[in-house]
Amino acid sequence: MENLVQNIINALQWGSFYALIALGYTLVYGVLTLINFAHGDVFMVGAYIAFFSATFLLTTLGLPGWIALALCIPVTMILTAMVGVTLERIAYRPLRNKGAHRLYVVITALMCGLILEHANLAIFGASRKAFPQLIAEHVYTIGGVTFTNLKIAVIATAFLAFLFLHWMVTRTRVGMAMRAISYDKFAVPLLGIPLDRIIVVTFILGSGFAGLAGLLFAMSYPVLEPYMGALIGWKAFIAAVVGGIGDIRGAFLGGFLLGAVEIMVVAFFPSTFRDLIAFTVLLLILTWKPTGLFGIAKTTKI
Amino acid sequence: MKRLLTTLSISCIAMIMAVQVIAADTIKIGFNLEMTGDIPKVGESSKFAAEMLKADINGAGGLEVGGKKYKLEFIYEDNEAKAESAVTTTLKLIEKDEVLAMIGPNSTKQAIPAGQVANDNEVVMISPWSTNPDTTFNRPWVFRAAFLDPFQGPMAVNFAIKTFKAKTSAVLYDLSNDYSKGLAEIFKKLFESKMGAGSVLAFESHGTKDQDFSAQLTKIIAAKPDFIFLPDNYNQVALIVKQARQLGFKGEFMGSDAWGSSELMTLCGKDCVGLHFSTHYAAAGATGATKEFIERYKAKYSYTPDDVAALTWDATGVVLKAIQNTGGLTGKLKKDRKAIREGMAAITSFSGITGNMKFNEQGDPIKCGVVVQITKNGEFAFNESICPE
Amino acid sequence: MLRRYSVHLSLATVGGLIVYLAHQEYISLYIMSVLMFMGVNIIMSTSLNLVNGYMGEFSCGHGGFMCVGAYVSSLLGVWLFAGDKVFGAPLLNPKYTLYAFPLLILVGGIAAALAGLLVAIPSYKTRGDYLAIITLASNYIIISVIENIGAIGGSRGFMGMKQLINAMGKSVDLPWMPIWVFLFTVFCIWLMRRYISSTFGKGVIAICQDEVAAEIMSVNTNKIKTITFMVSSGMAGIAGGLFAYILGYVNPGSFNILKSTEVLVMVYLGGMGSLSGSVLSAILFTILLELLRPLQIVKWIVIPLLLIILMQFRPEGIMGNRELGDIFPKLKKFYRFK
Repeated sequence: MENLVQNIINALQWGSFYALIALGYTLVYGVLTLINFAHGDVFMVGAYIAFFSATFLLTTLGLPGWIALALCIPVTMILTAMVGVTLERIAYRPLRNKGAHRLYVVITALMCGLILEHANLAIFGASRKAFPQLIAEHVYTIGGVTFTNLKIAVIATAFLAFLFLHWMVTRTRVGMAMRAISYDKFAVPLLGIPLDRIIVVTFILGSGFAGLAGLLFAMSYPVLEPYMGALIGWKAFIAAVVGGIGDIRGAFLGGFLLGAVEIMVVAFFPSTFRDLIAFTVLLLILTWKPTGLFGIAKTTKI
Repeated sequence: MKRLLTTLSISCIAMIMAVQVIAADTIKIGFNLEMTGDIPKVGESSKFAAEMLKADINGAGGLEVGGKKYKLEFIYEDNEAKAESAVTTTLKLIEKDEVLAMIGPNSTKQAIPAGQVANDNEVVMISPWSTNPDTTFNRPWVFRAAFLDPFQGPMAVNFAIKTFKAKTSAVLYDLSNDYSKGLAEIFKKLFESKMGAGSVLAFESHGTKDQDFSAQLTKIIAAKPDFIFLPDNYNQVALIVKQARQLGFKGEFMGSDAWGSSELMTLCGKDCVGLHFSTHYAAAGATGATKEFIERYKAKYSYTPDDVAALTWDATGVVLKAIQNTGGLTGKLKKDRKAIREGMAAITSFSGITGNMKFNEQGDPIKCGVVVQITKNGEFAFNESICPE
Repeated sequence: MLRRYSVHLSLATVGGLIVYLAHQEYISLYIMSVLMFMGVNIIMSTSLNLVNGYMGEFSCGHGGFMCVGAYVSSLLGVWLFAGDKVFGAPLLNPKYTLYAFPLLILVGGIAAALAGLLVAIPSYKTRGDYLAIITLASNYIIISVIENIGAIGGSRGFMGMKQLINAMGKSVDLPWMPIWVFLFTVFCIWLMRRYISSTFGKGVIAICQDEVAAEIMSVNTNKIKTITFMVSSGMAGIAGGLFAYILGYVNPGSFNILKSTEVLVMVYLGGMGSLSGSVLSAILFTILLELLRPLQIVKWIVIPLLLIILMQFRPEGIMGNRELGDIFPKLKKFYRFK
């Protein structure tokens, strides 16, 4: 019983990261139907930005940990958002304006991810970076179940981020414009909605939250390396699709679902079968619900 | 016109001769390294160590072989941590760059196919880091510098039983990493044969790029083992130990030589203090050549060398010694390579910085290992030395 | 008459020339190995183009099928013709290796085609990016299964295929691996062309245009999808078998997502739905990877950058959906491309 509760907490924490990254995937996809494969690497860049700003604030300026953290969050989110927007401006928008097939934009995104990874490797070398401790970590044990303040913070942030994005998309004018674009990209400019500006906002939101995920990830798993975003990026993409890509709720739920499946498989089966069982479960979910948990079937079979 | 042609051709011939003269005075050694891909740090460490050795020898005028000084030329090639790339890299080094011997690849995934190619083409290859028996098995031209899993496994078992007075243990290893998997299996077999069946309470695995181990650790901690055996790369060790502490585990960890990186302590911090692992040499309290190597490496690249760097240094040293053993190079590639192969076999004792070694008939080194403990200052202090019987 | 057979003749000449040069050691083994991997890449990119280009799906787990082919053909080969610590003494006399070798590779291909059902059956209901996830998941599943079978080495990999190559060389002293790679590459391209220009191929293109409309026009979409996925993954299996025998060693880690994305890049570089584009891009990509070797780490910045720039100027890949014959109409006299 204790084990089960413990594993639920583990799953919630791990799922939070998937959820945060999947949110970025799904935002961009919802608006542009573009699978932004560079997203995992934007997340990695976010973690590195967090690392550099945290070290700068802590050691050079000598600020106390919690002030550094409070400053670090906006700095990381803004800078990472800028990286995301730059990618959009340089690589994706020209292609979109040329009317290229959407899969060519996907391949371009894949290439951008490779460039981010290897540029990092070339500039900062192969040494892994240790993220400095920003806030003291407390281990609490209640009835055999152990958790830390950081874990709670991560889970809470994921929920807050989801609520914010959900509010943004469903309740604001920008969100309405986003949904309109995803509904009909050609009619929207006719109604006076600035298409490119809305797309930029989408990238700001998606990348900003990837940056936030990067910061939290670096705090929880303080080992940074250039390839850290690749695998988690792929898996978050899987989570987003299983949830029903293009839907905020789907990405959020999908992230937690994937986290839970991975953790629970390890907890109750031999851990060598983790990938095998976890992906078989996902495959079955997609065979049962071919458009994910929240996706809407676009074409109907006759 | 005719004169022009003659001058041209003469100058051409002169240039070719000049090139040959230069070529005759250099010894080319190829390095087949993992500079991009999964484990860039391994390739980088190897390259740094080799660069340092090259600078040393060339600074002293070159390597003396049979009374003649040769300059060293090291050619580094990236095998992208891919098996197919390692094969083409090997062939390129052997045929296009005409190297006399090849160092690397480090990781087994690349070293096995590359070793096949090197053996078929009769070029000496020495892998600094690969621990899989298949890399050198039945390949007279392939050698290695690291000790094998069947030696390191018992080291960990005996040490844990003696020092921790452990009755039970648990293992967490990397499923996709054959080094980790091999060592974990050997450990399990030996520990159970000594402490009775079922004394390994949990035998769990994870994937190579995983960052979260909470589920495996929850399972392990619930089984309440006396200690956890962790044959894993240092970057994952840092995460695993931290997460285990966060989940309330207070017991011991025992590690393997893949822990032996200075980065372990920058990544892991105080959580790793006091833990033990088996390795090739103890950096803290090292004496003689080992100490000198560590200090110079640290001064040059501003971090303590890891085991790959030390093993590459030794592997390269062994090859250079074999070249010296030939007693003079003829300049004929095939003949010289063969002479180097014989020179390798003729090495009876090589005192490297990772201990004294010689090669058995399979091309595997026979050398001692040490168990070190991590001190408060983050140094790896000598605890016990274990030699093969 | 001559025109009709010109392609066959030129292929035979090129093949013969390569074999002769390799036999006489005019081509170094290094160039030869690059050429062989080029052949494997050509098979991979053309076969993926069948699904991604012609059928308009987005499969990003092609490496998994390559893995199945590689493992099945090498396990079978070593079991039948070579002594090994897993299987013991060979079942058949190694001197028959030469005749059985193409069968071994084909069996690997068939096994991979069966593994293709893993993707084909969900594709009846699932489309687009949801199917992409299924392909991705199947790649993970295949690798995970092989890692868990300890008897064939798991993550330690499997070897012993070199003995078969040596046995073939003993029967007839020729460089057999280049010959087989060349023959199978030609065979796969031929098969692809025949498949695309058959009625099945028209059905495949119809599915790409509009699946519902295709079904109304009495195209049996499920049947066509199943067969197309199986042909595509079967060819990937053939490529995998060749890959395993070229290396003499297989390891599940060689066939992960990275391998799959590499193939994806080749397909889109060449152009969706262009056979000659896929072949060209596989050749270009392999050469580029080798030529830029001296750049080391920077190579992996330069190559994606080159591709991004290329996409900006040619947002439909090198060939778009055209064939060589559309660009150089005179070539059509010698060969019908579609």
